[in-house]
Amino acid sequence: MSILLTKANKVIVQGFTGGEGSFHAEQMIAYGTTVVGGVTPGKGGTQHLGLPVFDTVRDAVRDTGADTSIIFVPPPFAADAILEAVEAGIRLLVTITEGIPVRDMIPVKEALNASGTVMIGPNCPGLITPGQAKLGILPGFIHSPGHVGVISRSGTLTYEAVGQLGARGIGQSTCVGIGGDPIIGSTFTDILKHFRNDPDTKGIVMIGEIGGSAEEEAAAYIAEHIKIPVVSFIAGQTAPPGRRMGHAGAIISGGKGTATEKMAALKAAGIHVAQNPADIGAMMAELLG
Amino acid sequence: MKIHEYQGKEILKRFGVPVPSGVAVLEGEDVREAAGRAWDALQRPVVVVKAQIHAGGRGKGGGVKLARSRAECQEHAAQIMGMQLVTHQTGPAGQQVRRLWIEQGCAIEHEYYAGLVLDRQTSRVTFMVSTEGGMEIEKVAEHTPEKILKEAIDPRTGFQAFQARRLAFGLGLAGEAHKAAVKTFLALARAYEATDASLFEINPLVSTQDGGVLALDAKVNFDDNALFRHKDYQELRDLAEEDPNEIEAAKWDLNYIKLDGEVGCMVNGAGLAMGTMDIIKHVGGEPANFLDVGGGANAERVEAGFHIILSDPNVKAILVNIFGGIVRCDSVAGGVIEAVKKVGLKVPVVVRLAGTNHEEAAEMLRSSGIDLIVAHDLQDAAVKVVNAARGN
Repeated sequence: MSILLTKANKVIVQGFTGGEGSFHAEQMIAYGTTVVGGVTPGKGGTQHLGLPVFDTVRDAVRDTGADTSIIFVPPPFAADAILEAVEAGIRLLVTITEGIPVRDMIPVKEALNASGTVMIGPNCPGLITPGQAKLGILPGFIHSPGHVGVISRSGTLTYEAVGQLGARGIGQSTCVGIGGDPIIGSTFTDILKHFRNDPDTKGIVMIGEIGGSAEEEAAAYIAEHIKIPVVSFIAGQTAPPGRRMGHAGAIISGGKGTATEKMAALKAAGIHVAQNPADIGAMMAELLG
Repeated sequence: MKIHEYQGKEILKRFGVPVPSGVAVLEGEDVREAAGRAWDALQRPVVVVKAQIHAGGRGKGGGVKLARSRAECQEHAAQIMGMQLVTHQTGPAGQQVRRLWIEQGCAIEHEYYAGLVLDRQTSRVTFMVSTEGGMEIEKVAEHTPEKILKEAIDPRTGFQAFQARRLAFGLGLAGEAHKAAVKTFLALARAYEATDASLFEINPLVSTQDGGVLALDAKVNFDDNALFRHKDYQELRDLAEEDPNEIEAAKWDLNYIKLDGEVGCMVNGAGLAMGTMDIIKHVGGEPANFLDVGGGANAERVEAGFHIILSDPNVKAILVNIFGGIVRCDSVAGGVIEAVKKVGLKVPVVVRLAGTNHEEAAEMLRSSGIDLIVAHDLQDAAVKVVNAARGN
């Protein structure tokens, strides 16, 4: 079992014919993802990677039955691409694009809230259901099918955690990189709700970082609703205040959003908090017995 | 992106926010002469000489002074220009003052706070005001949260006049001051949206004895992600306020932040870069920097990264920690080898490469003839680099 993504998802790629879009479309297809076509305005009617290209998302949905989309569109045009996917009725959307202005994301978030679209990202590596499908830029080969769900604001730190799980023979149900921006489509809590409904997920790894209060909100949700073990790590224990640590959302401002605060909230909610990022895999292994 | 107070005020003024008139004095000008001219131009019994640095708390640090005569204005200006201003935001070394803003003094009746910022919980911009002007708003939020009034801005309609009125009434403003405040709040909201700001703080916003309001300070930050549509902001950038290594890093599309420790790190991905700093601390070391080499960790960028890390004399050892996903470890290893050959091994370098093609990469490092310390996982890497930094 898994959440959100399986082989049954019919995927289109927005920004299909660009360098990034092409490369990752090929990687996704090679992994087993059902990619049915792509969208590049002005190139409708042509073929790319042996698949049809459409001018609009609506055309692509009509002709292919696509229910899922992934966006590789440069920041100035990304908000428009998201709204086009939402309007066309895409159910699951991943936005890889890094660097979308906050002013663009505010109305996008509003539109997402009023729609039936689940968006992951932006500024994220996407998600993967090992052995089934990947929708994003994550390296497929480090993942293996299993029963631990992974949610993270970071890309490579997630790979690190997945690597540690794999080294102990622990596979994953689905891994979701929710992204490092201040406004994202799906929060930790949104994804936790999906994992809660997946009887096959027996444990959850949640990797947060400094900035905002999404981890604290997730802690409150976990305390009330999640009965399986949760292991968490918060990156940025040594980050100085007021500095943006790479991710636009990773900033301690006004004394808020520190790792210490987040770790305390997680512990109070009964979550197993790793002080050391090298302990994530071992802690989960111990909890699963 | 941060800008100076006087630049922020010039922008706010264009949107109709009332600000005191003033004159900027830049490094390189004859300070006394410029300050004298500012006094003459402002024609007030009192002027305020304000240090312009990208940090708050300037007043407490001695960077803001009142002058009641031309001579006093010149005296303060000469004293503040060039001083090493230490505030709670600059760190113990302080920041050298290279620009001044000399502005008209005014007859303050009451000090308020006004600010706009994204509320990440609701994904909406929040307009905040408080009667506790002149204080650190974080402290007000902590001790007397009821003294902060908030209005969320609905992206479908924008900030509305009724919300501005509600804030002004909430502050207890009446008559002319109320009208002026409503106008000012609407102007601030317009400016915030139009400029792609990430933070506005007017602290204090004051009511004056003639029934008006004035923005006495202006902290204006812009969203870095939106700079592509504001090419003119480049002129507002003051490179003297930024760390030269961070400027150099940005040229290579590297994300570098200097810290105070002795263990340099070069990592791909912001989350793993923070995690690497954390584990260094966890095993008893102190990270010297945050450095995200990003997705395309090629030889040139790795080399630039080494140069930047090594320009910090505190660095005693370097950890290269790469988890290759899309990035192939063999190409990173090639970059490390090439970079080390060019830069030279001034301090021990520990390399940990995991993920795509890590075995090929390990072989390349082994056969390179360079004295690198190879680590097999994150824990091992952290222990080895901290030991190396201690000279073990």
